[in-house]
Order: sequence, then C-alpha cells, then structure tokens
Amino acid sequence: MSQTVHPGDGAGAPPVRDVIIIGSGPAGLTAAIYTARANLHPLVIEGAPSSTSDQPGGQLMLTTDVENYPGFVDGIQGPELMANFRAQAARFGAELLTDKATRVDLSAAPFGVWVGKTEYRSRALIVSTGARSLLLGLDSERRLLGYGVSTCATCDGFFFRGQEIAVVGGGDSALEEAIFLTKFADKVTVIHRRKELRASKIMQDRAFRNDKIAFRWDSVVTEVLGEGLVEGVRLRDTVTGEESELAVKGLFVAIGHAPNTALFAGQLDTDDAGYLRTEPGSTRTDVAGVFACGDVQDHLYRQAVTAAGSGCMAAIDAERWLESQPEAAAHLAGTPRNW
Amino acid sequence: MAADMITALTDSTFDEEIASSEQPLLVDFWAEWCGPCRLVAPVLEQIAREHEGALRVAKVDVDANQEVARRFDVLSIPTLILFKDGAPQLRIVGAKGKAQLLEELQAFL
Repeated sequence: MSQTVHPGDGAGAPPVRDVIIIGSGPAGLTAAIYTARANLHPLVIEGAPSSTSDQPGGQLMLTTDVENYPGFVDGIQGPELMANFRAQAARFGAELLTDKATRVDLSAAPFGVWVGKTEYRSRALIVSTGARSLLLGLDSERRLLGYGVSTCATCDGFFFRGQEIAVVGGGDSALEEAIFLTKFADKVTVIHRRKELRASKIMQDRAFRNDKIAFRWDSVVTEVLGEGLVEGVRLRDTVTGEESELAVKGLFVAIGHAPNTALFAGQLDTDDAGYLRTEPGSTRTDVAGVFACGDVQDHLYRQAVTAAGSGCMAAIDAERWLESQPEAAAHLAGTPRNW
Repeated sequence: MAADMITALTDSTFDEEIASSEQPLLVDFWAEWCGPCRLVAPVLEQIAREHEGALRVAKVDVDANQEVARRFDVLSIPTLILFKDGAPQLRIVGAKGKAQLLEELQAFL
C-alpha cells in the first residue's frame, strides 16, 4: 500500500519520506522493488519521456531483443522487460512519478529533491540516473536529428528500407545497431575513428560476417550533409587528415554513453571518467545516506543484470543505514523486514 | 477510465479527417516496436482529455500506414504533427514530457 504524497505547496515543508529513488532503469526499479517490500514506501522519480536513453525505463527502452538477461530463455524485448520491472515495483507499493528531477540539495538532512517547483524530502536517497547516449556534438547533427540523424536504431531503422545508411561507433551498441539495421537498409557503413573495434568478439564476428555491413576505419564525421533531410556525411581520416564524403540517407550515432551526474555536480564525488564514486563493494557515496547504483556509478560492466544487482545492494545499504540512524530507529522498529 | 480519446487514422481516412477537423489536430506517428512512443502515448491521452474542445489528438501506426508517413517525411518516431485548417503547422520530433509538449503546443491551445 503506498503512502499518499503531499508535496510542499509553500505553506509548509513537505513530509519526509524514508527513501527517494532518482532514475527508473533496471537499477532504480530493482531498488524500488526491494525498498517497497521493506515497507520503506519509496518514491521513484522516473524521468521524463525522451527519444534518447535518458528516459523512464532507461537504455533498454531503445533496444529490441535482450538475449542475455538471465531467466528469459528466448530473450525478451527491452521495453517489455522494463514494463515488467515497473509493474513489479508498483505491485509492492512503490510510488512512480514520470517526471524529471531538476535539483537536489544534499547539504543537510533530510535531503531535498525538486521536480520543477515541487519539493520532496527524504532521509535516504538512491541515485540511479544511468547514462545517456552521446552525440557527436555537431551543429549539423543537431539540426538533422529526426530528419535522418537518429540515436535509436530500433525506432527509426524502419524508415530506411532499401537505403544506404551509416552508424558511427565502435563498441557493442554500434555493432548491434548496425546488424539490426541490415534488416531494413541495403548497406550499413560502420564509421569508426580507430583501426580496431572495442566491441566484444562475438559482436565483431557477426558484423564481419554480415554482407551488408562495410567499415570505414580511422574516420570521424566532421559534418552531416543535407538541407531538410540527411544526404551524406563528410569524413576526415584521422591518420592522413584527408577529407571525403559518403552518401547516406541516415546516420545512427552510437558512440557511447556519459553518466547522468549533472544533478549532483559539486555535491557527490565522481571519478576521473565522471561516474559517481562509491565505496568498493557497496553503493555508498561520499555523502552518508546517499547510495548510487547502475550505470551512473559503473563503467566496467554496464549490463542490465549488474545494474539490477547493484539496485538491490543500494536498497539493502539504504535500509541498513536508515535503521542505524537514531531518530529513524524508533520509526522503523518493529516493521517486518520481508525482502 | 473514459473511452480512448485518441482516434486511429489510416492511409485511407487521414485526409478526410484532417480536412474536416474544426479544432487543431495533433497527429502522433508511432509504432508498436518503438519504446519512446509508448512513453508518449499516456501523456497524449492526458493532453487530449484536459484540452477536449480546444485540441484533438489522433494517431497513425506507421507500420500499417506507410503512405501517410512517407507523405509527411516522417523519418523518426515518435513524430507529432499539428494540423490546423488542413495544413501542418508544427512538427515535434522525439519523445517529450508533458510540460515540454504543452509549452510547444501553447500557441495552438
């Protein structure tokens, strides 16, 4: 049974919750399931709809078949898997708010989390804001986003049936997208800035064996060409400096992800790569009562199952921390723990 | 809950619906396999309900209705196109949250 929320209306401070979870990918929603079952009445600030990976449900919303999440012998569609996570969290009473956190204040207890003008407060905070798809950062790319430039192969591949298109990137995501796109496109050129891919061996093998996939090595995109729609890309050879043009009707950008930590700038410690720092073997950040899980703090594994695992850890870390707090002890005493 | 407020348009019903609509008509181009489209659907339901009388909302499944999608150069979904007086007036590409959508639709509400 979920607790009714009465967000602050200015007349008085909002009620203090036990835990707020920011982000609703596998990490956030697993943390929601566990904290809900522990009767901590979590509020999950899911994020706002968007066509990039920064959205409710996280990165799996932009995939089709998820074949490596354990328990699904024949695989499952990404959005379907996340709908299941969400329904499970709701079943145990997690409160889900489909909006984006705009500000946090971790300088004092309880913590403040704002969604626009509405303020929420909680004793513990679980950060699971994940990572967003990177764009190349070109003006021409931004202008043509949605008009041939895309960050979602599964959403937009359909529109390039019989065409020649390109994918920028060299990791697993780029190759997965390229292979997926061969279902529609006649030819997919993978543009990579180095001579070697960083994708897993199995993905590389699949891509190399695919007749519809070609590779442009040592190349970067310097401009996306086209007036109202994409007509091609300008490439620069990173070794020789030579420029060339490649005629394509679509460009899919799959160059990696950046952790969504802007909300916590100056408030939580990050490592050199910008990921939230947590104590090894736990989800504890450098602020007591704040726990981080999923891709926002992991750049080594970045799998749905490792994110879910760390979400569970964050829930347990948060619950133990809450119980250890003097004023909270009385409030939580006697509440059955039924993970 | 009230009945579905969003009309499904097809290649054959599209033109007539656009021409005959008295209010501005916001058309959602979507497909089953598009994750972000799923997120936008409930937001559009809410907007349709809250602005009944001032705005109508319809949807086109691009999988089954490629002619209409092609005609309006829809290359990415979700794409929302607002039609007024039979012509496209505004185009929103990519999934957006409710607040942002309302802000962009402000002039037509």
